[in-house]
Amino acid sequence: MTTIDSIMLVLSVLLLIIAFLAVSEKKLIKSVIFLSALSMLSVVAFVVLKAPDVALTEAVIGSGLVTALFVFTLLSIKKEEAK
Amino acid sequence: MKKILGFILTIGLGLLIIFALDSNSSFDDFGFANLSNRVSSHYITKGSNVDIIFGETVNPESGPANIVTSIVVDYRSFDTLGEVTVLFISALGVSLLLGSAVTQKRMSLDFKPNFMLRVGSRALFGIIIMTGVYVTLHGHLTPGGGFPGGTMIASAMLLLYLADDQFRAKIKGFKILEGVAGSLFVIIGLLGLVVGTYFLQNFLPNGTVGDLFSSGIIPIVYILIGLKVGSEISGVIDNFLTEEEAQ
Amino acid sequence: MIQYAAILLMMIGLYGLLTNRNVIKIIVSLNVLEIGLNIFIISIGFVYDGIAPILTSTNNSSALIFVDPLPQALVLTAIVIGVGTTALGLAIVKSIYSKYKTLEIDEVEEQ
Repeated sequence: MTTIDSIMLVLSVLLLIIAFLAVSEKKLIKSVIFLSALSMLSVVAFVVLKAPDVALTEAVIGSGLVTALFVFTLLSIKKEEAK
Repeated sequence: MKKILGFILTIGLGLLIIFALDSNSSFDDFGFANLSNRVSSHYITKGSNVDIIFGETVNPESGPANIVTSIVVDYRSFDTLGEVTVLFISALGVSLLLGSAVTQKRMSLDFKPNFMLRVGSRALFGIIIMTGVYVTLHGHLTPGGGFPGGTMIASAMLLLYLADDQFRAKIKGFKILEGVAGSLFVIIGLLGLVVGTYFLQNFLPNGTVGDLFSSGIIPIVYILIGLKVGSEISGVIDNFLTEEEAQ
Repeated sequence: MIQYAAILLMMIGLYGLLTNRNVIKIIVSLNVLEIGLNIFIISIGFVYDGIAPILTSTNNSSALIFVDPLPQALVLTAIVIGVGTTALGLAIVKSIYSKYKTLEIDEVEEQ
């Protein structure tokens, strides 16, 4: 197998494991962190598949904005619960 | 019961997709895509018989050196107009659901940031804004363009919101900027209809492939898209972090 | 190999979308589904030994072997629309919580 094939194999296994953990985890904050890690791994997959525009866009959006929106929602829910 | 049914359904659907694509003659094997059968060969050669050389070809059919930019803003720019509309509708929905109180203040949380954090993040803010503006302006030469650049500007605003407890951006200015940028995009398209022959036609000259001032209206359109996306997502973040002021 | 992983990723996201009860987990599963879909669409255009579709001063001719640029343009749009959908979904989750005081859809349906 060439180098690209072995990189893709390792990447596929990691993607599937982290996606399954993100969907089936009981605590909400761990699920959101697994989603952020899945987004970062997908950026590596985009770079291996030679798509730099898409990798740049997904890196900025997946790491900063979507995770921040989830965390802000969880914080406001926790604050309303404590009231 | 629901889990077993869901499991069977998804496994069935996955097997159906894999078997439908595996021995299909019109679905190329992975890694052996034949580009001469696809429309992308027209996008790569830009419709001409001679090769396009970086730095030498003058006035090709569409100017950018980044072929993905030429597809997004020149060949299929109507789809980009549709996407800008979808983003506008989702920002409108968030602002209707969460921003309906008359007076709003920052949400008060348990932890307070440090003084050093509040002051030091302003230096980092300048660097992130500069990176976002660079990526937006050079969208036709390097990877990037309006969409990553706009979200980088929104990330800089997110940094300011996270580092300071009492910071609120001027949301009225952002909303005006968003509306003006979106309308200018449509007005430029209508100008293409008046001056040229079809909506969103590139009516400025294309120049040399690889120059900074080249490819007609494409840098202008990308600047407008970058401003629109950045101010929209900043507005969404502000709506998530404010709450109604208790009377 | 990565095409099979992308299809399995879509199926994992779909399974999470169908069987989860918590509304935030439903939105997380929707994002997993969208990531799998984007990887699958880009893998359609991949060519072994192809280069990224940008003309630079080193790859300066359009006669070289490029990767397909059209799926990348489609996925660029799809990623930004995914952000808009997630933001609107989370705003709806906040409104659901402030009205029904619960995040499980079974209890919301009973009220």
